[in-house]
Amino acid sequence: MEWWQGIFKAIKDANVRQVAYVPDAGHAKLIQACVDDDEITTISLTTEEEGIAVLAGAWLGGDRGVLLMQSSGVGNCVNMFSLANTCQFPMALFVTMRGQWKEFNPWQLPMGSTTEPTLELAGFSVNTAEDPNDVSDFAAATLHHAFVGGEMSALLLHQKLTPVKTFGK
Amino acid sequence: MTLDAQNFALRRRDIVPELLKDRGDMLVVAGLGSTAWDITAAGDHDLSFPLWGAMGGSVSIGIGLAIAQPKRRVLVITGDGEMLMGMGSLATAARLNLHNLSVCVLDNEHYVETGMQTTHTSTGTNLSAIASGCGFENSVAVSSQNELADVLPRLREGPGMQFASIKVRAEKLGFSLPPKDGVYLKTRFRKAILGDAAVSST
Repeated sequence: MEWWQGIFKAIKDANVRQVAYVPDAGHAKLIQACVDDDEITTISLTTEEEGIAVLAGAWLGGDRGVLLMQSSGVGNCVNMFSLANTCQFPMALFVTMRGQWKEFNPWQLPMGSTTEPTLELAGFSVNTAEDPNDVSDFAAATLHHAFVGGEMSALLLHQKLTPVKTFGK
Repeated sequence: MTLDAQNFALRRRDIVPELLKDRGDMLVVAGLGSTAWDITAAGDHDLSFPLWGAMGGSVSIGIGLAIAQPKRRVLVITGDGEMLMGMGSLATAARLNLHNLSVCVLDNEHYVETGMQTTHTSTGTNLSAIASGCGFENSVAVSSQNELADVLPRLREGPGMQFASIKVRAEKLGFSLPPKDGVYLKTRFRKAILGDAAVSST
């Protein structure tokens, strides 16, 4: 099983019905699996902060939702995190890391180094999965924290897990 | 404050009670500031979710809600300032073509809460054209009582996804504050839809 399949299985096991995303190369296969699943509605966003509000709306209506994005998107969400925090909306974020490990593009470095503290300051419990064999358990725990514990929960997917992007160099 | 907007014929506190009259099981999300006060002045309701923050997020909340509750109409009421901050969410909604989502912007061309500074709609930004350009098949601009009479039933009942921007008079009205405890607003809303399952452990 590839690591992303562990996330997909956890999402299905937790009866997640809405998957919002801003595309990322590291999430490409997982996004496609969600698009292809009849029980999941996928929401392609123009910016990640929409996803935080979509998850809040989903929960208001009785659905569980998750947000897939890359680390740069965390910075786009900061004020919208206060919606989740103030109202105690469960949140489950799966964040592929950039600017962390063998990064080709220096413009990814600032947000890569501040993703985890930003999430923690906003009220998230944060885990990082580095080993592909651990992703499945971490994904299940992230969803458990959100939907059983009522927490804002994020799983960072270490850049080691995703292909090194070299821009043809 | 611009002279034009001070003289717009339609007034928000006349429109909102009319829009929410006989609301039935409709689900209502209101953007922060004036529209949250408007829906409260019309009568606070368990199936209303008035925002006190999250500027730019009202339509996105409506999207998640409309997907979760496909048999109910979801009405997002917001102002021009809040809509301008979340314009991308109109493209997101239109891409999904949510059959049960209505978006109503009360456009007074000003930020009322912060001191009546003008918004981009005062200098030509046309929100109904933007919604139309995003893919809303039903998107109208309203500035008269006759147009309003046509659009209110469509916002309440459809058919399909609806957008209306309604020019309303720029005026500072009395506060009509909804509860501001976000956990309470969330829980009462969920309980009104889901019953005891909203608060039982899973």
